[in-house]
Amino acid sequence: MGEALASFNAAYDQAGATVAFLGKVRPDGGARALELTHYEPLTLPAMNTLAAEASARFSLSGVLVWHRIGVLTPGQPIVLVSTAAAHRRCAFDAVDFLMDHLKSAAWFWKREKRADGWHWIEPRAADYADLNRWK
Amino acid sequence: MSVRIVFLGPLRDLAGTVEREVPAPLDWDGLLGIVEPAIAAQLLDERINVACAGRVLGDKSMLAAKDGDEVALLPPVSGG
Repeated sequence: MGEALASFNAAYDQAGATVAFLGKVRPDGGARALELTHYEPLTLPAMNTLAAEASARFSLSGVLVWHRIGVLTPGQPIVLVSTAAAHRRCAFDAVDFLMDHLKSAAWFWKREKRADGWHWIEPRAADYADLNRWK
Repeated sequence: MSVRIVFLGPLRDLAGTVEREVPAPLDWDGLLGIVEPAIAAQLLDERINVACAGRVLGDKSMLAAKDGDEVALLPPVSGG
């Protein structure tokens, strides 16, 4: 992760601003593990399209969108988004935009392992509200 | 001559498998008839999307999968 950020920063060394967001597994409700699955034929093209859209909308020099799959435990990183731009405002806004859109644009399903076994996580109303901020 | 059906997220548990091969071609009625009744009932829910050959169908009842196509059954994605 540190290496990914270092490489990204080195690749855009002329950018005036680089912003990074790291999402991690929360230890909510006694969750012991989180498993993420995806559908690559849709997930990867959707992530590429979203990155291109953010790049154009916020005049980015570079964008990094990295999402893990598989079984993760609380405290481990799930998602890393970083943007490089001439000025900080565009870089900050682009990271926010990417995070709000990533969940709906890309197909990821999550289930949580609690004391009594695995439970699928349902969509949240807040995710739709987050998306509407950008319309 | 076959179509691969891929079960994603919670549908994977319901199907008891990640994927299965069925004879091509496959349309919407054919899909509803070939999966387990519990999956067919889920597919009628408007929040379940269907993708064919890498594209999410705007109207899943227009499904027309040919030999070699992959049909993915997509439940709503999880919140975070």
